[in-house]
Amino acid sequence: MSDGLVTILKIFIGAVFVDNIVLARYIGLCPFIGMSSSVSNGLGMGMSVTFVMVLASLVTWTLWRFLLVPFELEYMRIMVFILVIASLVQLVEIMLRKSLPNLYKAMGIYLPLITTNCAILAVTFLGVDYQYSAAQVVVYSISVALGFTLALVLLAGIRERIRFTRTPAFFQGYPVVFITVSLLALALLGFRGLVR
Amino acid sequence: MNMTWTSIQPILIPVIVVGGLGMAFGVLLAWFAKKFAIKFDPAIEKIESVLPGVNCGACGFPGCSALAEAIVRGDAPIDSCPVGGTRTWQEIGRVLGKEVSVRETRKAVLICQGGNEVATTQAIYRGVADCRAATVYGVSFKACHYGCLGLGSCQRICPFEAIRMDETTGLPVIIGSRCTGCGRCVKECPRSVLTLLPARDLVVVACTSPDTARSVKAVCRKGCIKCQLCVKVCPVKAISFPDGKIRIDRKICTLCGLCVDKCPTGCIVRNIRNSVPAEASSSVPVPAVPVEVEEPMR
Ligand code: SF4
Ligand code: SF4
Repeated sequence: MSDGLVTILKIFIGAVFVDNIVLARYIGLCPFIGMSSSVSNGLGMGMSVTFVMVLASLVTWTLWRFLLVPFELEYMRIMVFILVIASLVQLVEIMLRKSLPNLYKAMGIYLPLITTNCAILAVTFLGVDYQYSAAQVVVYSISVALGFTLALVLLAGIRERIRFTRTPAFFQGYPVVFITVSLLALALLGFRGLVR
Repeated sequence: MNMTWTSIQPILIPVIVVGGLGMAFGVLLAWFAKKFAIKFDPAIEKIESVLPGVNCGACGFPGCSALAEAIVRGDAPIDSCPVGGTRTWQEIGRVLGKEVSVRETRKAVLICQGGNEVATTQAIYRGVADCRAATVYGVSFKACHYGCLGLGSCQRICPFEAIRMDETTGLPVIIGSRCTGCGRCVKECPRSVLTLLPARDLVVVACTSPDTARSVKAVCRKGCIKCQLCVKVCPVKAISFPDGKIRIDRKICTLCGLCVDKCPTGCIVRNIRNSVPAEASSSVPVPAVPVEVEEPMR
């Protein structure tokens, strides 16, 4: 295997399993808990996050490389990246509604939720911090989003079953969900040290 | 001169760069909003305002506005909304300039009389107070495997608060004046003892059990024991016994009521809905069955 492929594989496994954005980095927890009530919700959200994440990290990477670094404005990146993500989501929403109404129906309800999703902001930062190239950033953001979707769907599947189990009164509702999440995170700990 | 430039440069550059970016995005957004503006058919808006707006999903579309769009597109018939009823259909017809054929309005009916003291309870159920949850365990705490469980899944699903749980019988009571016939409760009931029937004078067999006389008698005082006396007594032969269940053909039935009087267990009833006082409308969310239950889960 060529060197490039190995790096890509490393990035992929690292982002999906080892450093899973929700279960290892604890970022993006609110959509993770909020949208995991059913598998179909989870999938829809995952799809939308993937889409926005790739787009956002590509655009922010470009701005970083060709605007912020040359002007020595690295310290402004939080503001600039938030600005980019928020407007980008809006743009995508407007465009989808017009040209791909079906996709808009499937994704539309989740898009506004993503505007302020910290997972997206985190990925744009990390991509820059790891000093990835443009292609690597794309791979990285796709992998992170896949990891997010994976965690979301896993939790949603479990929660659908929890609804019909007898839970002690003091665990009912969110407490049992939080405990489930922590167990999921523990399970993912097994991947630690897999990629160096 | 040079002095001032170096001192304001660290402020000016970020202001220009970030401000410019914000400006660019703003212009882009405005331009996109214009370029990709979608034209709404004014009829959609009008129909949406006519629809009930409860977004119950009974029409099979995700909410009232989706149905309005589908009607305008011609993908859904004008009388798709069971909740709105005839008046709504006519209004929609007026908006679109089309004739509407008027359909019978239907309302939910409970076809089981196995409440407290009528049907036997064979076990104490301590699970989640929800009929669907109780069915997951596969064993029935009521001796009859077909009758109403009385844990009120229907009462909680009804978007119109048209169902209340009766304290003495422990059975759901459908408040006719509130029921819109959306059928959500019918879908929700794991025992299939709710059904939609035309809102008019009717004679109904209020038991769904296909069991034989012996097993029915052992578990319920108002169950159908398949004696077929009703089949014999009906003067117009509207009642048949085709597949282990008594059927009344509503097209033939003259509503004479002979079968109601004849039925030894009283499981044939007339106007099952009208026996419910419409003004008794206070919702009692707590099931009154003799079981120990926990809070229902949402
Ligand atoms: S009618 Fe209502 S209370 Fe009775 S079994 Fe069905 S859902 Fe439960
Ligand atoms: S009683 Fe049943 S059919 Fe009637 S409004 Fe309520 S859920 Fe709908």
